[in-house]
Amino acid sequence: MILPLDFILILFVFICAVAAITIKDLLSAVVILGAYSFLMCLLWTEMAAIDVAFTEASVSASIGTVLMIGCVAKTKRRSKD
Amino acid sequence: MIRDSQDVIVKTLSRLLVPFMVIYALYVIMHGHHSPGGGFQGGVILAAGFVLLVVSHGLEQTRKRLSEKAAGVLSSIGVFIYAGIGALCLILGGNYLDYGKLSKLLPVVPAEARSLGILGVEIGVALAVMAVMFTIFLVIFTVGEFPEDDRSEK
Repeated sequence: MILPLDFILILFVFICAVAAITIKDLLSAVVILGAYSFLMCLLWTEMAAIDVAFTEASVSASIGTVLMIGCVAKTKRRSKD
Repeated sequence: MIRDSQDVIVKTLSRLLVPFMVIYALYVIMHGHHSPGGGFQGGVILAAGFVLLVVSHGLEQTRKRLSEKAAGVLSSIGVFIYAGIGALCLILGGNYLDYGKLSKLLPVVPAEARSLGILGVEIGVALAVMAVMFTIFLVIFTVGEFPEDDRSEK
């Protein structure tokens, strides 16, 4: 466990999480959420939880992103609020 | 929304990539009981292969390989394998999912019967997860696309 790498990854995760809920374009929000999932996967790996990281990479970063892109395609692209 | 991609690069790349994804998923499933991975992750990777096939080769080509009805049957078979192995251990005189009792049926020692039992359960979980993930994907991506589809009327 490398402490500076941990802090850098947590910083990136924080930036991605805040950007995903503040951005107006829904498709961009989904893509940023995919990046968030991948960074969380890196963080799990760095904390030696390989099984959790594997699940995060396969479920959240691949299938979850695809399903959310499908949902965005059924709605309008930009959010109203 | 999903139509046949006309791009030769996308088609060729996905045709090359899908077998490797399936082999990797099978590796993850087969080594699930003594390394990271397992039935759930392997099933999701298998479903990702089908998703790539839908995106590159269109819905109709993929329906020929795995239709919605076949996906439903596969998910039921997966749950049946899981519950069946558990009930088989129950019939053979152990607890539910007590794989050591499988050594009465298989010509192996109880320790190896445990390994084979958990492998069978992983295969069942992988089948169910693959079929259900593919069904969710198809339902989300084709909702409202085919109003003349006879499944909804009858």
